[in-house]
Amino acid sequence: MNKKTLAFPYIFWAAAFIVIPLCMVLYYGVTDKTGAFTLENIVTMATAEHSKALLLSIELSLASTVICFLLAYPLAMMLTGMNVSTHSFIVLIFILPMWMNFLLRTLAWQTLLEKTGVINSILGFLHLPPLELINTPGAIILGMVYNFLPFMVLPLYNALAKIDKNVINAARDLGADSVQTFFRVTLPLSLPGIISGVTMVFIPALTTFVISTLLGGSKILLIGNVIEQEFTQTGNWHLGSGLSIVLMIFILVNMVAEAAFDKEGDGASL
Amino acid sequence: MKKTLRSLYIALIFLFLYAPILTLIVLSFNASKTRAKWGGFTLNWYRSMFRNEAILQALSTTLLIALLSALIATVIGTVACISMQAMKRRNRAIIMGITNIPMLNADIVTGISLMLLFITLGFRFGFMTILLSHITFNIPYVILSVMPRMKQLNPSIYEAALDLGASHIRAFFKVVFPDILPGVLSGFLMAFTMSLDDFIITHFTKGPGVDTLSTKIYTEVKKGIKPEMYSLSTLIFVTVLLLLFLVNKTPAEQKKKKLQMQQQGGKL
Repeated sequence: MNKKTLAFPYIFWAAAFIVIPLCMVLYYGVTDKTGAFTLENIVTMATAEHSKALLLSIELSLASTVICFLLAYPLAMMLTGMNVSTHSFIVLIFILPMWMNFLLRTLAWQTLLEKTGVINSILGFLHLPPLELINTPGAIILGMVYNFLPFMVLPLYNALAKIDKNVINAARDLGADSVQTFFRVTLPLSLPGIISGVTMVFIPALTTFVISTLLGGSKILLIGNVIEQEFTQTGNWHLGSGLSIVLMIFILVNMVAEAAFDKEGDGASL
Repeated sequence: MKKTLRSLYIALIFLFLYAPILTLIVLSFNASKTRAKWGGFTLNWYRSMFRNEAILQALSTTLLIALLSALIATVIGTVACISMQAMKRRNRAIIMGITNIPMLNADIVTGISLMLLFITLGFRFGFMTILLSHITFNIPYVILSVMPRMKQLNPSIYEAALDLGASHIRAFFKVVFPDILPGVLSGFLMAFTMSLDDFIITHFTKGPGVDTLSTKIYTEVKKGIKPEMYSLSTLIFVTVLLLLFLVNKTPAEQKKKKLQMQQQGGKL
């Protein structure tokens, strides 16, 4: 039996369920209901209503990506520094919350953030004024950071754990102080992890419709909400596909960046 | 001082990650039906959960889809890894590129693309369409965790087994498979977890009448979550926690030794 033929089931599967479906999104995106070619579905993104949703999505997802990075990088460095913890244990701690349903975990933040919720009760107990937390853009950012933080920590941790300690020691021996060592050795060497982490946070945050529904009330519409409504409520698949094509441009840029840095080709993601 | 700060930081991050889970566990014992206030301790939701047909149905659908999709994805993915080893570098790069698409693509785009495919093919939306979609997004997790193991493998060992008279299949199961097994297992576990936690792709590929826990919760959001959901997810979480504890506890010594050996091997 030829080893290469063993790949056929997967190649068939990938063609049928990955490549062809994406081509269908492209096809629906550039046609109208009669099947005629049109760019209208894509250009619609420029209208005030849709571009507002897109800009807000970009703004919130960028903010949560930056916050995730700032929280995760020191954490990943600390975890690499701890000798006792093994790789699988760390992965486990971050994967474990996924066993409690993603929607329920996000809903639990409602309980924590509400006007009469846990956080405001604690503030009241300390005689501090209550905060307006739920149904704000801030609550959506919090939900994004909460849900996607593990996807930032794990690639960073993997990249940092791979760095040879001798390289760091060599830099120190050659007279670099810890700040110099960090910016000129550690940070550049962890770049593949950073790219992978940023992608894994930015893309789901940009395209989410669940977090904005649960924590943003019904007033804040993200681009994910718009697309979801086109498919499940309005039933205009052509428009929904056209808007998705715009999103795919962002995804494509990220994929190219990832491919450029992922030279080993084994995906540093998890 | 530095050490205390470090521990404090890690503790705060974990508080952030696990606070909602703790909230849900507390809510599962809350006698009041609303989330907003504490009405005293009760075990009622745990009792009524086992009588709630709809929730039990959603649970069994969720578990069945997670198990089947993870199993099928593990077989297809592992077989694909074996054959990719024998491929030219360029072909392998193309396949890995396609494999990365579902990982990097937005779930909403994957979801609608599969929805459009199923509509065009005239499939009836239901259990099968969800299963096909879950297998699709699970295979990459398997491939990405088996492939690194495959690369570490010394091909001479397999050839030696063949020289010593083993058949291809026997050589594979005796020599190759034990070495890639940890990758296969972790791929399976990742796939199972991802399938269990998925909402977005299921949302677009499910039909009326079929619900997983995720889609059921989403429809309940507007009218208020039934407290039985909290008790069910607490039970699932505690079960997983106990299982992991048991798995890590029993062969601790052996595992430690193996890990040390791996680390030494990695250095060489």
